[in-house]
Amino acid sequence: MAGRAHIEVGNLSMAYGKFLVQRDLNFAVSKGDVFVIMGGNGCGKTTLMRALIGLQRPAAGTVRYDGEDFWGAAEEDRARMKRRLGILFQGGALWSSLTLAENVALPLAEYTGLPPARVAEIVSFKLALVGLAGFEDFYPSELSGGMKKRAGLARAMALDPDILIVDEPSSGLDPLTARRLDDLILELRESLGTTIIVISHDLASILAIGSDSIYLDADTHTMIATGNPREALTHGDPKVRHFLTRGSE
Amino acid sequence: MRTRPEEDGLHPAGESGPRLSWHRPSEGVLTLVLAGRWCLDETLPARNAAERDIPAVPGRLTFDTAALADWDSGLLTFLAGLLKTCAARGVAVDPSGLPEGVRRLLAMAAAVPEQKVPPRNAAARTSLVSRIGAATLVLARGAPAMLRFLGEIVLSFLRLFSGRARFRMSDLWLEMEQVGPRALPIVSVISFLVGLILAYLGADQLKLVGAQIFIADLVAIGMVREVGALMTGIIIAGRTGAAFAAQLGTMQVNEEIDAFRTLGIPPVDFLVLPRMLALMLMVPLLTLYAGFVGMFAGLVVSVTIFDISLFEYYNETLRALELKHFWVGLSKGTVYGAMVAFAGCLRGMQCGRSAEAVGEAATSAVVTGILLITVAASVMTIVYYQLDI
Repeated sequence: MAGRAHIEVGNLSMAYGKFLVQRDLNFAVSKGDVFVIMGGNGCGKTTLMRALIGLQRPAAGTVRYDGEDFWGAAEEDRARMKRRLGILFQGGALWSSLTLAENVALPLAEYTGLPPARVAEIVSFKLALVGLAGFEDFYPSELSGGMKKRAGLARAMALDPDILIVDEPSSGLDPLTARRLDDLILELRESLGTTIIVISHDLASILAIGSDSIYLDADTHTMIATGNPREALTHGDPKVRHFLTRGSE
Repeated sequence: MRTRPEEDGLHPAGESGPRLSWHRPSEGVLTLVLAGRWCLDETLPARNAAERDIPAVPGRLTFDTAALADWDSGLLTFLAGLLKTCAARGVAVDPSGLPEGVRRLLAMAAAVPEQKVPPRNAAARTSLVSRIGAATLVLARGAPAMLRFLGEIVLSFLRLFSGRARFRMSDLWLEMEQVGPRALPIVSVISFLVGLILAYLGADQLKLVGAQIFIADLVAIGMVREVGALMTGIIIAGRTGAAFAAQLGTMQVNEEIDAFRTLGIPPVDFLVLPRMLALMLMVPLLTLYAGFVGMFAGLVVSVTIFDISLFEYYNETLRALELKHFWVGLSKGTVYGAMVAFAGCLRGMQCGRSAEAVGEAATSAVVTGILLITVAASVMTIVYYQLDI
């Protein structure tokens, strides 16, 4: 699935005030990749995600989408670039006062100007894609954790994004549900050619779906490995192997 | 990605836009030819116009997508609807002519059958009488829950007095700081303005009988006995009652209260008791403070506007005020504090498990708090009058 660099991160550093989270991150994500950002708890995976999606300005460095500087761009250009991103937050982040259909319809109504009937058709199709056909009028509080994640995925896919960013897809899910969600993400990549960035510390998920990866180290506050996670498991940095084998190596 | 309004027709304008046509290669076979860009930012053909050409008799539908330039959810939703119509009319569909991605996504969407769930808006169609009945039942069912919570608080206080209540003193101090000193600015502003209003109100009426000096009596007794406590109670209901409900409601959402229960720690002891105590201790003090601020406002108005001397006002205030007025004000402050804490904690503990429920709990806490304060104020005023206090 190698292609031209779709997302490029150059010398990126992130900090909370004086507390440095990660520094000098350099990596590129190719179109159609499933790129895994891995690392232990507190290493800054989610902070990196927030820098990639425009929620937290990095302390230094650049993020480029198809060559366009994300943080250097004007606010409205950044908003345009953000619409190319679909984001599945860790807990689904569904709006609790809206039904599932309204959750998925909101970005469509906001950014496409499609007639309501067409929006409703798209919403039903997206919910059917994630196996939630018929749940249009349910509120998030009426759903299980796995269903919330799938509904969050339907909302993330509402605008047919080029890039899907998924934060901890497996957290809080049983292994079978986690596997089904992984399969769903892979199927979307295969069918639509969507580039997928997954933030994860779930080993099964990392090894099953990752085509490329970086490993963020909490001790040195920078990335210490890149490449296919399955190769990292056999030939990678000892620290990464230690992580990927649950400390048995 | 803004889209033009949909047109009703098979051949929308634009060379690169989406186009469709029908082709009959053999008897009983209908081929749908899709060409151009089938994306949401194009004007897509209306499906009902296309569906008119699908035969009503059994046949087979195939696809030719050789000239299809690009596609997204626009094509997928169009085809998903078309396939449903074909299924309803008994037309077999051969999807092999569709791009692989489209085939896979259509298969995914059809993999899990649609859930049959009861309509969600059934309540909206019920009659007015049914809705009044339902609302009354909700209220009636809420009363035992309120009494049960009151009972739990009484038991918690009994455990407190017997030294068996489990809560942290640091929580109590923190709550006391939150509800007391931090409320001083808003209590100061409101009490000063209320004192000022009382002074003007009195001046207007007392002027008729040339007894403006009695502004001091009106403001002093009014603020210390009634208005100081009432205004403080209402301020605290909005400020602290809502905060209690939101805090406990969020804890309910995060299962923190369940965690207390599973550890065998009564959440009422750990969470409600310090809040009740904090308000019952601090609201009387705030009431006292509000009374003095109100009297100061009366003094400022009387001296600067109505030409009453400072000394006269001071003496008249001292003459008017009796210790019992302070006791009445303090007792009311204590009761109002308890009412606000009760309403805030009750609504917080009853909160549902969503962000919206937390908002509802906070709103409900303020409404319940003010309602309870008003009822308590009326009852206490009548009782104190009958007892000649």
